[in-house]
Amino acid sequence: MDILMSALRAGFSVDAAYFCLAAIGLNVQFGYAGLINFGQAGFLAVGAYGFAVGSVSLGLPFFAAIGLGLLCSVALGLLLGVPTLRLRADYLAIATIAASEVLRLFFGAAFQGVFHGRDGISGFSAGFQAANPFQQPFLGYRPTDLWVMTVGWGLVVVVSVFVWSIMRAPWGRVLKAIREDEDAVRSLGKSVYTYKMQALAIGGLIGALGGFIVALGQNSVQPDNFSFDLTFIVCTMLILGGAARIMSPVVGAVLFWALLSLVSGILSALTEGQDPVIPTWLMTGDQIGTVRFILVGVALVLLMVYRPQGIFGDRKEMALNA
Amino acid sequence: MRFRPALCLVLLVVAFFGAGSVAVAATSPAVTAGVDGPGVVKVTGKLVNRDDTGSAPVAGGTVTVTDASGAKHSATSLADGSFSVEVPFKVGTISIELDETSLPDGVALREGGRNPITRAVSSTLPLTVTFVLGKGDRQTLSWVDQVPQSLFNGLYFGLIISLGALGLSLIFGTTGLTNFAHGEMVTFGALVTYALNVMGADIWLAGLLAAGLAAAFGFAQDRFFWRPIRRRGTSVLAMMIISIGVQFILRNTYQFFTGGRTETYRQYTTPEGHRLGPITFSIRDLVCMAIALVLVVGVTVALRRTRLGRATRAVANNAALAATAGINVDRVIAAVWSVGALLAGTCGLLLGFSQAVKFDLGALQLLVMFAAITVGGLGSVWGAVIGSLLVGTLIEMSTLVIPSELKVAAALFLLIGVLLVRPRGLLGRAERIG
Repeated sequence: MDILMSALRAGFSVDAAYFCLAAIGLNVQFGYAGLINFGQAGFLAVGAYGFAVGSVSLGLPFFAAIGLGLLCSVALGLLLGVPTLRLRADYLAIATIAASEVLRLFFGAAFQGVFHGRDGISGFSAGFQAANPFQQPFLGYRPTDLWVMTVGWGLVVVVSVFVWSIMRAPWGRVLKAIREDEDAVRSLGKSVYTYKMQALAIGGLIGALGGFIVALGQNSVQPDNFSFDLTFIVCTMLILGGAARIMSPVVGAVLFWALLSLVSGILSALTEGQDPVIPTWLMTGDQIGTVRFILVGVALVLLMVYRPQGIFGDRKEMALNA
Repeated sequence: MRFRPALCLVLLVVAFFGAGSVAVAATSPAVTAGVDGPGVVKVTGKLVNRDDTGSAPVAGGTVTVTDASGAKHSATSLADGSFSVEVPFKVGTISIELDETSLPDGVALREGGRNPITRAVSSTLPLTVTFVLGKGDRQTLSWVDQVPQSLFNGLYFGLIISLGALGLSLIFGTTGLTNFAHGEMVTFGALVTYALNVMGADIWLAGLLAAGLAAAFGFAQDRFFWRPIRRRGTSVLAMMIISIGVQFILRNTYQFFTGGRTETYRQYTTPEGHRLGPITFSIRDLVCMAIALVLVVGVTVALRRTRLGRATRAVANNAALAATAGINVDRVIAAVWSVGALLAGTCGLLLGFSQAVKFDLGALQLLVMFAAITVGGLGSVWGAVIGSLLVGTLIEMSTLVIPSELKVAAALFLLIGVLLVRPRGLLGRAERIG
């Protein structure tokens, strides 16, 4: 029972909230526009670092620092989009995965005076927590987490409504048409490049919002928060929910975190104690982290092979052709 | 038939675990013994004074280790500079402090060197710490004097990376798959070589076996995993996402068995350096370069001259047309996967000499390999080689101006630059790619 409860709690935690925002961003890029962005972690990173540097080093007020983070993520979108969006889809994938990895190294090693290396930047959420209306722990969540969760899931709702409205507007229809057949859209006189660029930037902006939630939730940002694993998990969550559906990133995120927590709960129950159910020569408690990630990998592969449309999606929409 | 890829995936993972368990059981008796015994953590290190004239061991330095419970344990460095302190095992952080007043005159901690050093203790594995001694910065050579050595290092690195890049490019050329799991095949070569070497095999035998096993692994991956997926009509982009999943599975499996440890082979770890003008190199480096060169030239010549090579180029050009001409496309692709994996495995086992063997050895090189084949031209064979040499040289040369942790950033900038100016790469075919 405890395992089930903690799984349920994990499904709505701060982590699930920021992963959900990252997945909504990726949904705009990948689900609607068909852009394969393997560097969503990079967008979260520049958002979070933009905000943190703005607050701590530049001493900007809260909303100005948020604005700086958003600007940085748009800049990253442009930097990656300009050279790659005119080319075949795999170039964007390569450039984004490369950029997110380099950004992680950059924040970890360059300008130590500003980024503080691998220790990261911390101590900027006092003002945000001062506005916290929660005083008591509730359902086992700490008051500080409750406040971040409220803002995070609030953002998820706002952003989901926003995505829903732009996707049923003409702009969204053009985007979906680009995903299906670029040449047809081009022949109608639309600038495919501009639309793709806008989709990449909007997805990146939403990702940056996720970055703010990471920063506020931990009251710090470290380069290793934004490793390739993050992108990978976001991708799996989105495909689990089903790409190109408004609700899919939300359901995907909640379900994914609940399942992940359930698996680690079960595994730790099986490996703990003097005489664990799983013998120690096979697996110890330290290895739970890697085992559950192996299972996530297997899940992604099986999903992509047998049910690329996930829970809600339409198989025809996931017939990626490039 | 419908669930064949799933079955194969499960079998592959199980087989992998089976093989891995055997290897781990054979390689890590010492570690398990340490865990069972009375908990002692051994902290070792060496005090070496480095300056422009060379390096000399420092004797008589006192090192004090404060364990997690607050007790202090001291040791003094011996004539060869080494020290060793045993502290009772307790999970927590320990701090290791060098008494600077105990150092001989003229020897001091280098500026910016950390003292005390804190380490987290979570197991009884021995810890190694380094105190950087010497005066001022190690970069005593002038900028210009370092150029030849960087150039040599770059060519060395580029030549070895070109093995991985060539395999990646071949697989891309024939199947259209951008394989994000290629770095894991590189790691495979290094890990198998390490496991065999530790079990007692000579490094040459271990390397040969590892390369052979890598080829078998590549063949199996294609035959039992990718081919069924291709048969299902899964699109290339979907396969790209699947390859990300495979990358994740393999990398975490490696981590499961090696547990994030950093290892080195048992032979040729610190070869004797030779000097030729401004360049320092070792015989081992030359042998590694020669192996890489022979393989690269061998594969490119085979692609030109042999029947299979010509068939491969035909499939890369147009698979459907090649099939109508009587070429068994599946067999060609299986051969390409085997050769690609063999090259990648060799790349990994050679990298294992210059960089330490670790579960993410290859994953870290993936970006470099991608940059190399994009710069050279996706799918082009000579492009992959020339791209690797260019990227390798650029990465090593960039350490002259930027911190070495950031050197791969140079590869990214070259990648973006090439995409802006000449997206098809240096030697890519002139075709529509956008």
